[in-house]
Amino acid sequence: MIDSQDDFIQERETKIIKGNEAAAYAAKSARVQVISAYPITPQTTVVEKLSEFVDNGEMPGTEYIKVESEHSVMASIVGASTAGTRTFTATSGQGLFYMYEMVHWAAGARLPIVTTIASRGPAPPWNIWADFTDIISCRDTGWMISFAANHQEIYDDILMSYKICEDYDILLPKFVAYGGFTLSHTSKPVTIEDQEVVDNFLPPLPDEKGWPHIFLDPERPMMHGNLIMPSGFYNEFRLKIHHTMLMAKDKIKKVTKEFESTFGRHYGNGLIQEYRINDADVAIINYGELAMQMEQAVDDLREEGYKVGSVKLRYLRPFPVEDIINVARKVKILGVADRATAFGSPTGGPVSSEVKTALYNSSVSTQVLPIIMGLGGREVSLEQQKNQLKALIKLKETGELPRDMIDGTFWDGLLEVE
Amino acid sequence: MNKVKWKNICEAKDKRPEVQAYHNWKELPPIPISFPIKGSIGTTGDWRTFKPVLNRETCTKCGICWMYCPEGTIVRNEEGEFEVDYVYCKGCGICAKECPTKSIEMERESGE
Repeated sequence: MIDSQDDFIQERETKIIKGNEAAAYAAKSARVQVISAYPITPQTTVVEKLSEFVDNGEMPGTEYIKVESEHSVMASIVGASTAGTRTFTATSGQGLFYMYEMVHWAAGARLPIVTTIASRGPAPPWNIWADFTDIISCRDTGWMISFAANHQEIYDDILMSYKICEDYDILLPKFVAYGGFTLSHTSKPVTIEDQEVVDNFLPPLPDEKGWPHIFLDPERPMMHGNLIMPSGFYNEFRLKIHHTMLMAKDKIKKVTKEFESTFGRHYGNGLIQEYRINDADVAIINYGELAMQMEQAVDDLREEGYKVGSVKLRYLRPFPVEDIINVARKVKILGVADRATAFGSPTGGPVSSEVKTALYNSSVSTQVLPIIMGLGGREVSLEQQKNQLKALIKLKETGELPRDMIDGTFWDGLLEVE
Repeated sequence: MNKVKWKNICEAKDKRPEVQAYHNWKELPPIPISFPIKGSIGTTGDWRTFKPVLNRETCTKCGICWMYCPEGTIVRNEEGEFEVDYVYCKGCGICAKECPTKSIEMERESGE
């Protein structure tokens, strides 16, 4: 730790930086107190940048822990958070899988840890490029999971995450995921906010008393993570995590609104962001960076006279069931595009399965077309997304399904080599 | 309601309730915790197969058994002599193993 008397103060500034650097700047703006990290492609430059900040004295009072593995990363972050600090780390793909045991621990201990994931495809076949299967494998850990669709959103969503997670009624950890390389290693202008404004937006850093439910202090010894016998309150503690997650939806919406009034950037209702959907016949739900490109595809097709729209899914956990039902009510056919796999699930796509579940028993009879594309970083072009929208229109008008329907799912962009 | 209760516990270690009574999931705090109070897991003396018996004639009152006891069941009385709290002693035998004068004998429980 660097003992610096002169607190480094960030002024509002727009920089052209990579997505990973945006994540690092967000951690700095949030004044995180403990960072523990192990490098893995494509996340490495997040923690590289943070170690640079710490080394330069730009993050006074921040402890940077170097460990030997991702399992130890989360173990040390759990320890640091238990002691009552604001913590941050970042990882990807295989690293996240190695961290998995402690990921569950963080949620069970109700620690407000924020972690960014530069998503990459799981191996084998060995892959380091954009694919959200890694983060979606943490779907049932009790962590909140959000997707950032652009560079600025990475920065903004991390700030919002601390405000959501550290609420005393929530106290759950959260992942912020974005595509490896597509966002992590591309550059765009990102506005880094004034430190004072960020300080006022975020809750105050935890003091020596720590979090309200857990603390590490020799003067106040206690045991946590205790064994609960089957006849004890285990069921009830699990129920509380689920119940809290559902309650967090309102908190997420509230914080997103507060963020908008403070910083002027709009993220829909927080859980989803609709785009030109109110008079649309068909729409496609996307998450991550492809949701941004889809908005361009919608604009282009609207110019050609097609009534199309799109939805950016911002949260996977908690899943915005009510908002998805409202979206489905507005359109005749709803495409759900996954850049991830859920093998053996009803559709093969994790989010399309969720959407179908959300619509069951909802009185909405909108047809859902599951789409899987862009796995392992395969490029999904603007033209391809326009064709997806056109395929939905064709399905609506003629009832004809796209060519590559396999087991009820549209696998878009399969290779065919002559 | 819970928030207020837990805040109090954090702020004052003396205000900790010895036994916390919760009736349903809504009353529960976010996570299970326990405070180090005597016998929080029950009367562990029931677990014992061998019982440490102290020979006061050879005991030099060095306190090594007292230091090594992992459960804190060896206590020093007003005369400076050591006694075993048989309500909680699990009979692990560490005290007997560590005693430099071999003044602690592990005797099989008679079952009476």
